[in-house]
Amino acid sequence: MSEEGIIKKLMYVNRKAPYGTIYALESLEVVLIGAAFDQQVSLAFVDDGVYQLTRSQNTDGIGMKNFSPTYAALGDYDVRHIYVERESLEARGLTVEDLMPLTYEDEDDDWAEKESLRIVDSSELATLMGEQDVVLSF
Amino acid sequence: MKFGILVNEGPYQHQASDSAYQFAQAALTAGHEVYRVFFYHDGVNNGTRLTVPPQDDRNVVDRWSELAEKHSLDLVLCVAAAQRRGLLDADEAQRHGKDADNIAPGFRISGLGQLIEAAIQSDRLVTFGD
Repeated sequence: MSEEGIIKKLMYVNRKAPYGTIYALESLEVVLIGAAFDQQVSLAFVDDGVYQLTRSQNTDGIGMKNFSPTYAALGDYDVRHIYVERESLEARGLTVEDLMPLTYEDEDDDWAEKESLRIVDSSELATLMGEQDVVLSF
Repeated sequence: MKFGILVNEGPYQHQASDSAYQFAQAALTAGHEVYRVFFYHDGVNNGTRLTVPPQDDRNVVDRWSELAEKHSLDLVLCVAAAQRRGLLDADEAQRHGKDADNIAPGFRISGLGQLIEAAIQSDRLVTFGD
């Protein structure tokens, strides 16, 4: 479903913790619906948004649905570029080891499984944001 | 220029809706086009016709309805966000067995695809929220 052949660079910026407010969950819903539009999509995780990608989330104690497994399915929705800001991780005592593995299958390379996730510093992320046609910030 | 507008916060609680309204009005006055205003998260609460603000305050919902009528604006509430928060049009109310609907004039309920389409079709998508 492309819009008369228009293909834009579209970045979703996720800034909030996964629970506590609904922003993270509803942002993910936009990403999944948006995948049908065949745009050049990327996701960025900054500030408390980096917690959205942490491993082994368990929501039993708060009575909310643990929606974190959905991030691992993003590769199936052709989301291949997921940026995590290095400074946000460091400020929270997190490393890439604390994050879920996120991959996609590259049909141009015999369906090889490749990493979607990249750690970038804030200046690189700023450059990436500057290259976008649309930035959706949640 | 053709603008898409995204409103992510509810009325009165947050200034986002006021700022979005003022932006839309200024853009239209300056001769620009507003392709669509999309309401998401608590922003869907901008579309309930049941708000009763104090008389000496602005009426955020009526203001949107009036702007929509004057300029044929497309005001869209996200259906998933709306249903969670009790915003229903007549069709949705019937489908879900609810005894009332509460959508203000000029608003319609539709899917998130309307947001992505607005982002693609507009020259700029401007977000109002936290």
